[in-house]
Order: sequence, then C-alpha cells, then structure tokens
Amino acid sequence: MLIFEHSRPGRRNYSQSPKAAEAMDIPEKLLRKTLPLLPEVSEMDAVRHYTRLSQKNFSIDTHFYPLGSCTMKYNPRACNSLAMLPQFLARHPRSPESTGQGFLACMYELQEILKDVTGMAGVSLTPMAGAQGELIGIAMIRAYHESRGDTARTEIIVPDAAHGTNPATAVMCGYKVVEIATDKEGNVDMAALKAAVGPKTAGLMLTNPSTLGVFEENVAEMSRIVHQAGGLLYYDGANLNAILGKVKPGDMGFDVIHINLHKTFSTPHGGGGPGSAPVGVAPRLLPFMPVPIVAFENGTYRWQTEKEIPQSIGRLSAHMGNAGVLLRAYVYVRLLGAEGMHRVAEFAALNANYLMAELRKAGFEIAYPNRRASHEFIVTLKDLKEKTGITAMNLAKRLLDKGYHAPTTYFPLLVPECLLIEPAETESKETLDAFVTAMKEILEEAHTQPDLVKNAPHTTPVRRLDDVKAAREPDLAWKAPTRNISVTRTETLTAIPSVSVA
Amino acid sequence: MPFIPHTEEDIQAMLASIGANSIDELFDEIPPALKTGSLKRVPPGLSEMEISRLMLERAEQDGRYLNFIGAGAYEHHIPAAVWQIATRGEFYSSYTPYQAEASQGTLQLLYEYQTMMASLTGMDVSNASMYDGASALAEAALMAVRSHRTSRRILIPQTVHPVYRSVVRAIVKNQGIEVVEIPYDKLSGQTSLDGLKNFGSEEFAALVIPQPNFFGVLEDVDTLTHWAQSRDAFAIAVVNPMALAMLTPPGEWGEKGADIAVGEGQPLGIPLSSGGPYFGFMACKQPLVRQMPGRIIGRTTDQEGSDGFVLTLQAREQHIRRSKATSNICTNQGLMVTAATIYLALLGPEGLRRTAAQSHANTAALLEKLERLKGVKRMFNGPLFHEAVISLPRPAASVLQALEARRILGGLNLREYYPELGDAVLVCATETKTSADMENYVTQLGDVIRNS
Repeated sequence: MLIFEHSRPGRRNYSQSPKAAEAMDIPEKLLRKTLPLLPEVSEMDAVRHYTRLSQKNFSIDTHFYPLGSCTMKYNPRACNSLAMLPQFLARHPRSPESTGQGFLACMYELQEILKDVTGMAGVSLTPMAGAQGELIGIAMIRAYHESRGDTARTEIIVPDAAHGTNPATAVMCGYKVVEIATDKEGNVDMAALKAAVGPKTAGLMLTNPSTLGVFEENVAEMSRIVHQAGGLLYYDGANLNAILGKVKPGDMGFDVIHINLHKTFSTPHGGGGPGSAPVGVAPRLLPFMPVPIVAFENGTYRWQTEKEIPQSIGRLSAHMGNAGVLLRAYVYVRLLGAEGMHRVAEFAALNANYLMAELRKAGFEIAYPNRRASHEFIVTLKDLKEKTGITAMNLAKRLLDKGYHAPTTYFPLLVPECLLIEPAETESKETLDAFVTAMKEILEEAHTQPDLVKNAPHTTPVRRLDDVKAAREPDLAWKAPTRNISVTRTETLTAIPSVSVA
Repeated sequence: MPFIPHTEEDIQAMLASIGANSIDELFDEIPPALKTGSLKRVPPGLSEMEISRLMLERAEQDGRYLNFIGAGAYEHHIPAAVWQIATRGEFYSSYTPYQAEASQGTLQLLYEYQTMMASLTGMDVSNASMYDGASALAEAALMAVRSHRTSRRILIPQTVHPVYRSVVRAIVKNQGIEVVEIPYDKLSGQTSLDGLKNFGSEEFAALVIPQPNFFGVLEDVDTLTHWAQSRDAFAIAVVNPMALAMLTPPGEWGEKGADIAVGEGQPLGIPLSSGGPYFGFMACKQPLVRQMPGRIIGRTTDQEGSDGFVLTLQAREQHIRRSKATSNICTNQGLMVTAATIYLALLGPEGLRRTAAQSHANTAALLEKLERLKGVKRMFNGPLFHEAVISLPRPAASVLQALEARRILGGLNLREYYPELGDAVLVCATETKTSADMENYVTQLGDVIRNS
C-alpha cells in the first residue's frame, strides 16, 4: 500500500507545522491554485508505513552482501552518531570559517590522511560521488593538456572491463573513448594498449585491482607507456579496499585518483547514495584542483578558493561537497588508525581468497583460476547454464531466498554468466561458510529442481518483477483518483486558519 | 583489530584452505617495488570512547549561532521521526536497489518520492534525485542541449545563485556549450526583460528561470517561460521546493509550463550540515523523459500479478549505455531522499504550506523591523518569498563580524558576487525564528551600526 492510499482529507500533524501564518503580499498570479499531492496522514501512520517499508529491504545490518565492486562492509554506528552531533548538523555552509574550526580540523586531517594512504600530493574533498570524482579527474587532465597548449589530445583509453562510468565520464568531458581488450589472465592486453596509445592520447583510466578481481601486474609498464606518449594516468578507486595500506596509487604512477568513501571508508550506501569521492592528484595537477580545499596556517583552518587556485577546474557543488559523509569517513579512519588501515586489505584479501577456494572446491568455475583474488573474484556459470539452463540471474535470485544478497551479476560484461563476489573484511568465517553451503545447495537444486531455481525468489516480499513491462508501460508516479483540492485566494493568502491543538 | 572478526584459529584454517602460508602471500602478485612502507601521517587508532570525546570537543568548539543566512541552504524544523527512521539500518546500510525483490522498501519509497516531487513541481515525471541543486541544474542544461539538437547555448540570468552558475560552467564547458548571462533589473531584483530583449534573435537551447531567485525575489515566471518557449527554446525552472507549497508550480508556468524543473532538496528535512549531503531534484515533461539523467523507479507487477517496483528506463544510464549514456551519473542521494519523503509525509500539503507561509511572514516581519534602523534599506522592490537583500550604512564585512561576536550570523555578504550592490547582505528568517530571535537580531544590528 502506498502512503497516498493511507491518506484521508483533512488529517494533519498539528505538532509538525506552524500554528498560523500572518498575511502575505505575494501577487495572486504567482500562487498555486491546487494543493500538491502529498499524503494527509498522522505521524504514527507515517512512522509505521516507513518502518514497514524499511523491513522490505536487505541491508548490511541484516544480511551478508557479497556484492562485487561495491565493498559492502559494516558501517560503524559511531560514524553516524558522531557526524550527527547537533552542532555539526546546525552549521550553515556559508557561515564564516571562524565558526567552524572544529569541523574544518576534521576535514583537514582527513585530507592529510587520504594523501598519505594514496601517495598523492594534494586531495580535494569536494566530489559528491564516484562518477563526479571521475568527471573532476578527467576535467583536470584536460585542463592540464590545455594549459600546455597540447590540444591535439582527444582520446581517453578505457579497458573493456571498466565500470560504465569511465567511458560515460570521458564523453562528458568532451573526449572520444578508445576501448582496449583484456588478456586471458585478466590483465589489460599490453599489445592493445601499445596500439591504442599515441599523440591523441589524453589519458588512461584504470581500476586496479581491476573489476575482474585481479591486480594489474604490468601497471608500472602501463604507466611508462602512457606517460611516454604524453598521456596521464587516472586511477578509479573503486577497488582501493583491496590494497589499502599495501600499495599507494601514487607509487604506481597515477596522476589523479578518486576514492569512493562509501566503499573503502565505510560511509553508508544509504539505498543508493549519498556517495563521496575525494580526488587526489600528483604535483603537476595541483594547480587544477577543484575548490574549496581546506588549508591550515598559523593555527587556523580556512578554505582555499578560486582566488588562490586560479587555474582550478572550478566548483562542482553548491557548497563544499558531502560534508556529513566526510565526517563519517573521518571518524572511521581515526578508529582504524595506521595499524588498522592495512588490515582492511589483508582481511578483505583473506576472505576473498578463502571464499574463492571454498567455492572452487564446491564445484564452481572460477573465471581466473590461476590468479590470486584481490578483494573480489569472479565465478562463471557458463557451463552450468549449458547443462541445466540455470543462469547467473537465476542463481542470484535463489540466493535471496536463502537470506543472502546476490553478488554482482553480468558485470564485468566480458565474462559470460558471471558473479562478481566480494566478501568485505568485516565478515566472519562462519558467515562465509554458511554462504558456501547455500551456494552448494543451489548448485544441487540446479540439477535436481531447476524450476525451483528458475522461478526464484519465492520468499521475498514480491516475486520476480516484470522489468520489460516497467520499461514498456512506464508508471513513474502515482495518479490520484480525481480529487483535486482547490485553494481559494483567501485561503492561500491571508486566512490560513489558526488551529487549536486539542 | 577494529571491525575484523577473525580469530587466530580462523586465520590459520582459512590460509590452509587457500594453500597459503601467510596473509602476506596473498599479495604476491603485486610487484615488491610497489609495496607501501609505513603510513607516516595516519595517527594511531582510537577507541570509540576516545573518538567520541574528540568529536564532542570539536562540535562544542564550533557551537551554535542564531542563523539568518539562507543563500541556497535553509534552516527548517526537522521532525524527530525523519532521521530516526532514515537511519534505521535497513535504509542506512542498504545498497542501490538493483536486486529489486530484496529492495522493495527503498524502491517503493522512491516511487512515492517521485510522485510527491512530480506533484510539487507540476511536472509529469521526477527522477530519483541528483547530487545537489547546482549539479542538477548543470544536468538540466545538458539535457536541454541534447533535446534541442540545433543550439548549444544556455541563457542564465544573473539572478540565479552565483555558485550554481559556476557549477554549470564547470560541468558543461568541456562539451562546447556556451553559457550567456542575462542581467537583472536594478530596481526589482528580477531578471531584466530589457536584458532579454537585448539578447536579440540568436538561437538558444534553454533559458534558466529561478523561483524565487538568489535575491529572494519572485520572478515573473509566466513572461519568462513564454519568452523562451516562443523562441523554440526550453524553459528550465530552478526552484525552492518549500516555496512550491505556495507558489505556482513550474508545470503551470506560461501557456505550456516549464519543460524541466530542478532544485535543491535540502529544505525538505535535510540538516544544514556544512553544505551536504543534500540532494538535487529533477522533474520534466513526458516527452523529455528518455533524455533525463539519473535513476528512475517504475511500478510493475510480479509473476503473481502483485504490484512491485523496479529501477526502469535503464537504457539511458551509464552501466548499460556506457559512452552513450545521458550522463555519467550513477548514484542518487538515496538516504537524503528517504528523509525528504518521510518529511513530506509528516508535514502533508497543509503542513508544508504553513511552513512556507510562516517563513515568508517571518522574513516580511524581519524586514519591517530592519527598515526602521537608520540607513538600513531593502535593496529591491520585487515580491519576496523568504529571503531579501538589505543594504547597510556601514561596511558589511565588519558589521557581520561584529554580529558573529554576539553569536548571530546576520546574513551573507554579497560583495564577492555582486560588488556593484555595495554593502549588501542577503538575509533569511525561516519558520524557526521567533519574534524574540528577530528582535534580538535587529537590536544587535542597530547597536553594531551605531558603534561602528
């Protein structure tokens, strides 16, 4: 039932609105004539409705989420409660720096910690999501080439295993995308890279470890090839969790990177956002960084703006980015500390390699069996599909019945019937073992009761949903069954009746 | 080890299964030369008790001020239930709802959100949100250029938030899109109709129309919409959603209504929080849906005919279309939209309208009091929503600094953006300000002016 279907005309929450407004002087032609379609429900109705909706979700707090490329680790509760201290919540973004020294201290220290962890010369905290971090990174690469009068560089090279945001970002920055292939062992095909690189190359976007769950062993050579051709190297930090405290992107030769705080630094995914993706740069890109950036001088924190960084690519948000997310990440890095940082990668790798080994023993085919898993790995169901008709999608849906969120399916696109599996470092051995048991059961069912698997899920709040119908006959907003509430000029303008609270 | 559950016994059993002797061995494909030494600038770890102490100290160091700044981020009352529910683990720690059957809570909520926003803006369709108001406007500009096909020029009045204009430029410039600014009328504070006439007969893809504008002034939206559409351009509304509880929605502007409506969703239950996370909203008329960026949720049915919700029209998006997507945007501001939807449900149409009306009334009352101070004047005579520009008889920077020392944030100094306005300050009094708050502000301001 939708919240609108709980609505009854005239039902109101008197404690949630001002009692009466005084006369207004807004010209009538600027005023709306009908009330917006918002529900008229009691506070308890609303609380009950949205609490019940929440119960229809899987979440990290309730389920194991082996979702490859998404790093679904535990989100410590303290990160949330400390970012939501009343003074932090009340602080207006345009209030002077003098009123926010405590907040700015957290931001400055986070910048410094991220610089150290990534090996970059500068960090800006402003990007509001991974894809915006990419946009900013590629815009900086473009600004760098343009500042040198090097305008013939029109192409960005992207491996075929990359996230869709990489090519989409390159296009948004006015570049042509050149896609290069992957070799049999999951590395970028070096011959393809050499063939693609040239005087038109503005840069290469690389995720390392890649979305295939393996470390690009030739990264130093790739860096040499691209730099020699005059291009720059972009590091997509989607998989930074796998190497945190082990390898610094700066040491691998990257000129610009983004870090997904909602992955590696445990800020909440929130059902699809907000993200936050600080960018880090090598010295030659410092002049182009997005503003604002926090500076610390003479014991005082302050914002650096376009005035001090005149070649900056500018501002990408109305204020300073997702401050509240940055506070959560700050609390998380302080809880981990230097000694906790590299354990993230170590135990993410231990969990991934263990799960890969156990699933292989259980009869699943590993896409890159000769490689170590990074913090994730790929299972391919190509053979299973040929033998039983069971697809990656079927298995994923059946996992929901068994109380597990599905792994990432059908990504990367180059491995057929793939499951990209990432058990974050916060999961215990028992959880991984129970997951293997569930996977074994489904493998068995695929042979003995294939229809049970094909028609999954059976136990979720709804059964398999019709995506085709959703796209062909889009129903994107609820339509009220013809109740149009008119407001007269008097009601709107002057006589919002005063209400007695009983 | 923070947040790592492994016992020594677990580690040994897992390594044995893998066939590795140590955890270090799992990193043996990484060239040794690349391996990191130590992290010199990362301090040692703290316990939760220790970090709590530190954060409390820093929060208390910042303290709280009586705030009269608006300028795109507005202080409104947020019902307790909003964030208590939004931070339930099932919303807070869930992923993007790609697995629809395991995400019906988030998906239904987003469908309700889309319904509420479509109705508030008077448009046909809303997406599931963008990063913030400024980036939503940039995406709207790109969407208009894609849809227009022949022009790559966008007109933006100088009455649009100055940072929004910067953000639009930063995002669209690499695609060869030209941004032309339209001046404002010095008397009314509205977009100058003469300025539009002077623009001449060159083709353009869209005109951006703010309501209210950055000065807090209400624009003649019908005339502006008509002007743009009669020149075969799109009208892009950039609106305050709180104001839409009272004001004509963009979908009804001019003869046909605006084509795209965007804005900052922060006033709907999102704390100020130093600037984010907030959320941008975007809604449009039906014919433009397939050019809209961002996630969209649709209602459909399951195998048994029951209603359910899914991410839909994904053929627009980067994970399907890659380099041919409508935008590189992947995320929406899910958690913020969760809060906003609960906020709108708790307030309802009448609650939202009263909040907007009270904010309007408070600002009007504040202005009346301020204008009694010698030398303090309203800068523009156009009608207002809940914000206004006042001119001061003393240097604005030092006046604001003196007020800050008295724990009052007296407004935003406009010198950085509009130096031609002199000592001009943008002030806002939402429903959160009592008569005593406003009296306090006016008294202190009078005192500061007299003594400076």
